[in-house]
Amino acid sequence: MTEATSDVDVAIEITGLTKSFGPLEVLRGIDLTVNRGEVVCVIGPSGSGKSTLLRCVNMLEEPNGGTVVVDGVELTDPDVDIDAARRRIGMVFQSFNLFANLNVLNNLMFAQRKVLRRDRDEAQKVALANLERVGLAEKANAMPHQLSGGQQQRVAIARALSMNPDVMLFDEPTSALDPELVGDVLNVMRKLALEGMTMLVVTHEMLFAREVADKVLFMDAGMVVEEGPPAQVIGDPQHERTRSFLSRVLNPISDRE
Amino acid sequence: MALSKRQRAKVFRGVQYGIGLVVVLVLAVTADWAKIRATFFDVEVAKAMFPEVITVGLKNTVIYTALGFSVGLVVGLVLALMRLSSIRVYRWVAGAYIEFFRGLPALLIILAIGTGVPIAFPGTFFDKYTALAIALGIVASAYMAETFRAGIQAVPAGQVEAARSLGLSAGRTTTFVVVPQAFKIILPPLTNELIMLTKDSSLALFLGSTVLEYELTQFGRVALNQYRSLTPVVVAGFCYLIITIPLGYLSRYLERSTGGKKISTPESPTVEAKA
Repeated sequence: MTEATSDVDVAIEITGLTKSFGPLEVLRGIDLTVNRGEVVCVIGPSGSGKSTLLRCVNMLEEPNGGTVVVDGVELTDPDVDIDAARRRIGMVFQSFNLFANLNVLNNLMFAQRKVLRRDRDEAQKVALANLERVGLAEKANAMPHQLSGGQQQRVAIARALSMNPDVMLFDEPTSALDPELVGDVLNVMRKLALEGMTMLVVTHEMLFAREVADKVLFMDAGMVVEEGPPAQVIGDPQHERTRSFLSRVLNPISDRE
Repeated sequence: MALSKRQRAKVFRGVQYGIGLVVVLVLAVTADWAKIRATFFDVEVAKAMFPEVITVGLKNTVIYTALGFSVGLVVGLVLALMRLSSIRVYRWVAGAYIEFFRGLPALLIILAIGTGVPIAFPGTFFDKYTALAIALGIVASAYMAETFRAGIQAVPAGQVEAARSLGLSAGRTTTFVVVPQAFKIILPPLTNELIMLTKDSSLALFLGSTVLEYELTQFGRVALNQYRSLTPVVVAGFCYLIITIPLGYLSRYLERSTGGKKISTPESPTVEAKA
């Protein structure tokens, strides 16, 4: 990982990425660059391929073509040690995916111990510090099922942070939450962005994207339709497809054409 | 007949109880109690069986079952992982093994291992414990493989994805994330299989054995011939229940103490279609 410094500014570089599930082309040549410290939000209708794009960044889905480079390491290289590469990439899922048989603290310590080989004391220290960061230090001994969805998602974020990742991927982190719990999760993410974390976020939260993102991508049918600063893509979209998507998201009950 | 629904149900249940009571009374009155007692509950015969029925019979039943179960656990887990492997040959071999041995009576397998193998391969000889460990292990593994497979598949895919995303290898994810969670799911069916295996261990009597190798059923059968009374069968039956009934309780206890709770996923999240 030491050669990662050769390309100091670029954290994630995706070129010509394609992915098909059987005959279905889900990604048709995606190019995307995320600079270090940047927050990039990917928006678009469901089925547009945005989650698949995110899952290709840490190889949960194997792309059919194109390259993904994270921290100067090409993950699409078949010889790459993918487990080593994933340590640097934090992932937050729509459905939290906390380990159901472990309490909160052990959820955060588990991979630190098994993967990073940290000793118990250090792992616990890191875990507690990250729980503090997401405002859930008092839940260290709770089991996941005892927490609300919003709390589970914040624990999931703390779990990813405990590995000291260079970049964080968020796959619709608030889509499975009750509306009143969304704010807590977004606040944690906003804080993280302010601390300078490199983040790639698939989201339907337009207000969050508008406020926090450095760059917004609008995807439809497996392609990037429009990208640019949020004020442009969300505030003044150039493409018809972006406009109709945004009007449907921002005015869900108004009359549609 | 202006009976309400509830009244009718009441009358119907009353009739059921009545019939049950009559049957019990008829049996109780017509049965030859003296003979029943002499044949099945002869205290002298029962007394004569102790303590060997425990120190030899019960002990060996437990040993044979434990050996078979241990072998079955290991082989069954390997088979289940092979069945779920991405490598076709593994899947095929495990599938063939399971179909074959699940379909054969335990007795055939015990005879094949205990007497067939030494004949087919001169010079090999299994003592009774080894033969039963292998034979009962084969029987148990074929059943347990399917139980394990179902349990592993019941662990949500998200748990695996989370572990992989944190940098765990596929093997370590299986060992540290999938298997511990699957264990909780399969505990009840696994207990069932242990109880069945306890009873299957009685088939050991078809293999030759020394007096010290008798398990409960054989012990009972020998005593039966010796005392010309069916009491030993009843005693042996009781001993089986001493093993099997606590197992059921143990299983339920473990289920609770390992936090027999639902795996927490949000209520049917609208997962974005893979398209």
